[in-house]
Amino acid sequence: METIEDRQKEIIQEFGMFDDWMQKYEYIIELGKDLPVIEQEFKTEDHLIKGCQSKVWLHADFGADGMVRFTADSDAIITKGLVSLVIRVLDGMNGQDIAQSDLHFVNDIGLTSHLSPTRSNGLASMIKQMKIYGMLAANQQPQP
Amino acid sequence: MDDVVSIGAVEKIRKHFPILQQEVNGKPLIYFDNAATSQKPLSVIESITEYYQEYNSNIHRGVHHLANIATGKFESTRQKVADFLGTDDLGEIIFTSGTTDSINLVAQAWGRLNIHSGDEILVSELEHHSNIVPWQILAQEKNAIIKVIPVTDKGEWDLSNLEELLSERTKIVAVNHVSNALGTINPIEIIINRSRQVGAKILIDGAQSVVHFEVNVKSIDCDFYCFSAHKLYGPTGVGVLYGKREVLESMAPYRGGGEMIKTVSFKGTTYNELPHKFEAGTPNIEGIIAFGSAIDFATSLDKDWVQFHEKQLLDTATTFLQEIEGMKIYGTSAQKVSVVSFLVDGIHPYDLGTLLDQQGIAVRTGHHCTQPLMERFKIPGTVRASFAIYNSIEEVNIFADALRKSVKMLR
Ligand SMILES: Cc1ncc(COP(=O)(O)O)c(C=O)c1O
Repeated sequence: METIEDRQKEIIQEFGMFDDWMQKYEYIIELGKDLPVIEQEFKTEDHLIKGCQSKVWLHADFGADGMVRFTADSDAIITKGLVSLVIRVLDGMNGQDIAQSDLHFVNDIGLTSHLSPTRSNGLASMIKQMKIYGMLAANQQPQP
Repeated sequence: MDDVVSIGAVEKIRKHFPILQQEVNGKPLIYFDNAATSQKPLSVIESITEYYQEYNSNIHRGVHHLANIATGKFESTRQKVADFLGTDDLGEIIFTSGTTDSINLVAQAWGRLNIHSGDEILVSELEHHSNIVPWQILAQEKNAIIKVIPVTDKGEWDLSNLEELLSERTKIVAVNHVSNALGTINPIEIIINRSRQVGAKILIDGAQSVVHFEVNVKSIDCDFYCFSAHKLYGPTGVGVLYGKREVLESMAPYRGGGEMIKTVSFKGTTYNELPHKFEAGTPNIEGIIAFGSAIDFATSLDKDWVQFHEKQLLDTATTFLQEIEGMKIYGTSAQKVSVVSFLVDGIHPYDLGTLLDQQGIAVRTGHHCTQPLMERFKIPGTVRASFAIYNSIEEVNIFADALRKSVKMLR
């Protein structure tokens, strides 16, 4: 089975093919355009993760066996592209694994600055919220 | 003045600003966030180290050699600020930590004594949060009312209903001289004139004006004028409150502590003279001394050239921006400083800011601490490029290319 680590490696490899910032951002923008948008009914205040400048909406569904499905949206396309990468890594994974994940790929592909809280794009808070959902999903599982 | 003269002048000026000689993301830094804070000339940077290396000492209290030098330099900045603003009364120049601090000082030290239940405070829709929130705090405490001068589509004050907004109930009018978000130069003389007729006091937030044009507090005849050193080539953490002597005399101290007292006893304390009455505690000594160097730098510039060059930067930028499809410029007054705020249809300002940063260009995106103004235009924020004397036409042209490229990527 594919792990969070496998998915991160895949992304790092993909980004390794770009030689300049433009190609990298063009790709992120494309991803942003392709991201399956969150259902309108979830695009509400309580799904909103506040970044000062761009907004992110996040919704989680808890599946069988402690697995979590994520959908999200953002009003800024670059944020949306980054959101789509994070979702690609964590979507459908086990809650416990999500909660304990270390998303080093953001750093490895040279986008660390986007994760800094001062960037105020909501991305860092979104990852934190995803981990909380992961923890909730894990706790809902009956102990074996 | 022709372009060649201007290019030579900009090159000369840039030599004073070491920070500009660097690369960001592999590109020469283009700093267009001057309305947030200006860069500092070498003379300002050097006066900070000189202070610590040669005469660091607390001011006013010592009899020793170092304290005398430090006090002398500190007080000479006060003289420079007084000259800069056009007053010869040093008691009218109070050092604060910035524009925000100056406005809070007035809202508390003047406002607590003079604002009562049902009184009105007049501000405008294009104020910085710093000139809104201190009044809200006061109004809430005193049960006073805040009235607002609306803004037109061009980003200018709509003064058509001024008669209704101003009355005998209006105790203070607190408005900004130049809008930080839009660049509009506001017709403060009209407001001051009408406010005088109803007996209201007048505070002008000059945070964005002093770096662009000369201000004379005596000829504009305001009661208070505030600005920050860091937007005028000076260090952060230093600001000025100019106040008319008779108004300052009538105010109670705002903060208690050392320096602001004459005598202290448990039977009762008497306060120091102006301006020290409002300067409690050890001030930002090195900052205020360095601010003196910043004023020296600012006043050494040729005023006509500054106006000419800044207008050229603004006009060049405005012209190329207007050619971009879906462009909307916010703030289209004929009376503007070198600030241009804009949005491109369907593109989030954050995305533009991010891609411009990749190309070495620093602009500001967001609401610029003017949320009521953004609400007025029904936008979440803008991209703002603000130009300074050390920016070149060449940089504006690079910005044009970078912006076109970014817009293309995001469409
Ligand atoms: C118009 C205006 N007023 C007030 C301020 C606040 O200045 P400071 O943060 O230096 O106190 C600013 C700074 O952005 C400003 O542009």
